[in-house]
Amino acid sequence: MEFQFQFDWQAAIDSIPFLLKGVPYTLLISFGGLAIGFVLGIFFGLLSINKKWFFRWPATAYIEIFRGTPILVQVLFIFYGLPDLIGGPIDPLTAGIAAIALNSGAYISEVVRGGVQSIDKGQTEAGLSLGLSRSQTFWSIIWPQAFRRMIPPLGNQAIVSIKDTSLFSVIGVGELVRQGQVYIANTFTAFEVYFVVALMYLAITLSLSLVLRYIERRGLASV
Amino acid sequence: MTQIVQMQGMNKYFGTLHVLKEIDLTVEAGEVVVIIGASGSGKSTLIRCVNGLEEFESGKLIVDGNELAPKGGNQKALTEIRKEVGMVFQQFNLFPHLTVKKNIMLAPRKVKEAPEPIANATAERLLNRVGIASQADKYPSHLSGGQQQRVAIARALAMEPKLMLFDEPTSALDPEMIGEVLDVMRELAKEGMTMMVVTHEMGFAREVADRVIYIHEGKIVEEGKPADVFDNPQNERTQAFLSRVLAH
Repeated sequence: MEFQFQFDWQAAIDSIPFLLKGVPYTLLISFGGLAIGFVLGIFFGLLSINKKWFFRWPATAYIEIFRGTPILVQVLFIFYGLPDLIGGPIDPLTAGIAAIALNSGAYISEVVRGGVQSIDKGQTEAGLSLGLSRSQTFWSIIWPQAFRRMIPPLGNQAIVSIKDTSLFSVIGVGELVRQGQVYIANTFTAFEVYFVVALMYLAITLSLSLVLRYIERRGLASV
Repeated sequence: MTQIVQMQGMNKYFGTLHVLKEIDLTVEAGEVVVIIGASGSGKSTLIRCVNGLEEFESGKLIVDGNELAPKGGNQKALTEIRKEVGMVFQQFNLFPHLTVKKNIMLAPRKVKEAPEPIANATAERLLNRVGIASQADKYPSHLSGGQQQRVAIARALAMEPKLMLFDEPTSALDPEMIGEVLDVMRELAKEGMTMMVVTHEMGFAREVADRVIYIHEGKIVEEGKPADVFDNPQNERTQAFLSRVLAH
């Protein structure tokens, strides 16, 4: 028997409306998680460069734990494990957002640390010598410069986190991959559907790249 | 005369390295003190102690009536001192994310809480004074080294300091730009600003200084009027140093 495969364009096109229902979830988990992750990243990133060990230590522990374990294990732990602890179920959307937040927060902490430490110490000295307090020096001189340098790695992390949400199909959030799996279960058109799913991720990440490139160019133009 | 700076038996270590040894030094209001010495002699460290950018280990340091404690103690005095002491760095250390004018306005706005129009007027007046009013809205990276250093001087002056510290202000400049920075400093001295200047510009020291201090391995080994120190140095270390730097 001769084997012949033909890409079924009609099947691909037919799957689009159903798959698109997953996009809002993917975006919500990604950007909701990243927003919280950014706050966590600033907090723990700044703690990690504190001179006092009892500030530094918890930050290091947080970063190492969430960078050093797979995000899939993290979300399974939150979704299946934590309910035992808190005595009630956690809905998959919350679990997904929490996993992205905690995971990206660890990486963003390192981005924040690197960004702040990359600023010449002469900047701090100039601020202090003018009579500014340590916190004034940090927030009006160091942070704006560090943040500008953090934009490329932050964009990188955003793209990684968007793709990480695909793993959350395992806890049944109706994001892109989950939608694809459900659709394929009825139509058996795996090749076409995963192809469309991949294109949808690419559309999201490429748009983000474009926006980031624009921000970066504008930010650098003024220096 | 009012004493702006008083150092008594001040010692400073970097780890086990003894960088400043039993420093006794006073600076009177209106005086221009130039500190000279070889690289690594401790001269920069000495003026960085005055505004607490370096801590010292023992001894006494009083700046305009505020006494700093060893090892970074007495933060309150330090805060007061930094408001009254301006500093100009070898590498300028302008804020690259702010325009020239915003660089100058930052400290008056944040520290003195000066209203925007007043800080703005101060910045314009100072930029005029250092001769670069036309560059007010540019970013530091678009200025030459000499212009950047003049902005840095204006930025320090905006806090109306009682004392100005200059840490090798011309060492990072191309030769043709050294003059314009020294001119501004000369003007300042003429107007009666109290200044402590670390420099390798011996011509400037001779012309502008009221007193020259020679530091060798963390110790003040010679001190006096420029004419005396340059033309008739008593210490053989000073003689050796001057013969090296004045030879060419």
